[in-house]
Amino acid sequence: MSGASMLLSAAAETGTGEAVIFWLLAPVAALAATGMLLMKKAVHSALLLALIMLCLAVFYIAQDAPFLGVVQVVVYTGAVMMLFLFVLMLVGVDSGDSLVETLRGQRVAGLVAALGFAALLIFGIGDVVMDDQGLARANEEGNVEGLANLMFSRYVFAFEATSALLITAALGAMMLAHRERIEARLTQRDLSVRRFRGPYPAPLPGPGVYARHNAVDTPALLPDGTPSDLSVSPILTARGDVRDPRSGSTEIREIERRRDHPDHPDHPDHPDHPDHDEGEPR
Amino acid sequence: MNPMNYIYLSALLFSIGSAGVLLRRNAIVVFMSVELMLNATNLAFVTFARMNGNLDGQVIAFFVMVVAAAEVVIGLAIIMTIFRTRRSASVDGANLLKY
Repeated sequence: MSGASMLLSAAAETGTGEAVIFWLLAPVAALAATGMLLMKKAVHSALLLALIMLCLAVFYIAQDAPFLGVVQVVVYTGAVMMLFLFVLMLVGVDSGDSLVETLRGQRVAGLVAALGFAALLIFGIGDVVMDDQGLARANEEGNVEGLANLMFSRYVFAFEATSALLITAALGAMMLAHRERIEARLTQRDLSVRRFRGPYPAPLPGPGVYARHNAVDTPALLPDGTPSDLSVSPILTARGDVRDPRSGSTEIREIERRRDHPDHPDHPDHPDHPDHDEGEPR
Repeated sequence: MNPMNYIYLSALLFSIGSAGVLLRRNAIVVFMSVELMLNATNLAFVTFARMNGNLDGQVIAFFVMVVAAAEVVIGLAIIMTIFRTRRSASVDGANLLKY
């Protein structure tokens, strides 16, 4: 990390190095942001957002803000994104977007508004001419020391308010996550009664166990050869990760083909088959 | 290199984040888009600090990070609570205040 930051700050001094970093990582960040907008699964969006945040951390370090760069990696990609992934794990993967528009034309209107906003921002700031003074003088006693001097002098009230904010946030999260049990815990008898009144009292069938495929994502085959939906987890079904035991494996089709062939002993037309009827009385 | 490029990138990321808030229906993705907008403003703050030659922009970006962390904690707790009662993380599901 320190080697990378030293390398980055050394590159930032030259200016062409900074340009190389920018033109390498800015397209990555912009494409990742577009991908985040378009991804169907929320997990992919979260991973792309983590990529954007890492790119921004590199930009901070390249712009003489090493403290903010490290904080960006630790707080955003380390804590915030892990919190997002944790909540995604709790909420479940089947919470995809519904493609139904509740407000008609809202999608087009939103897209137009976003594009107009982007045009307004980009062409608006295109007219502004700002100089580049650089942070060499402000950072001369160290970036962290300079930030600390400002934070504990001019911004000390904001700093104190931040502590109150963090305590309030922690308390609020505890309040929201806490759940009072308002009904008695179900006993084993209650669960048993509910199960026998339900649609399927027997234990659910296990997933398919085949010679080649022995995994929870392969459904079991019923006696007539159709896959049983009860034998795989509904979460895997919602995620679209269930393997079709008949399409994926050519072995099963080969076995079926041989079974259906008249030369096979299991075929009804085979002479050794018990149901075989030659037409002559036995 | 002209530091205005960072501002352009920041504006682009902010617009993409706002498009995500407006277009997506999944509450968690909407929330991630809000985070993207906050990150874009942070990039602008850091760039302005470098343009103006003082550290105030970096201090403000730091405070934005703190506020964003607190906001994520509360927002995800609210999403979890809504999901527990409605079994859905879609922003269209939580429309009870309409009636």
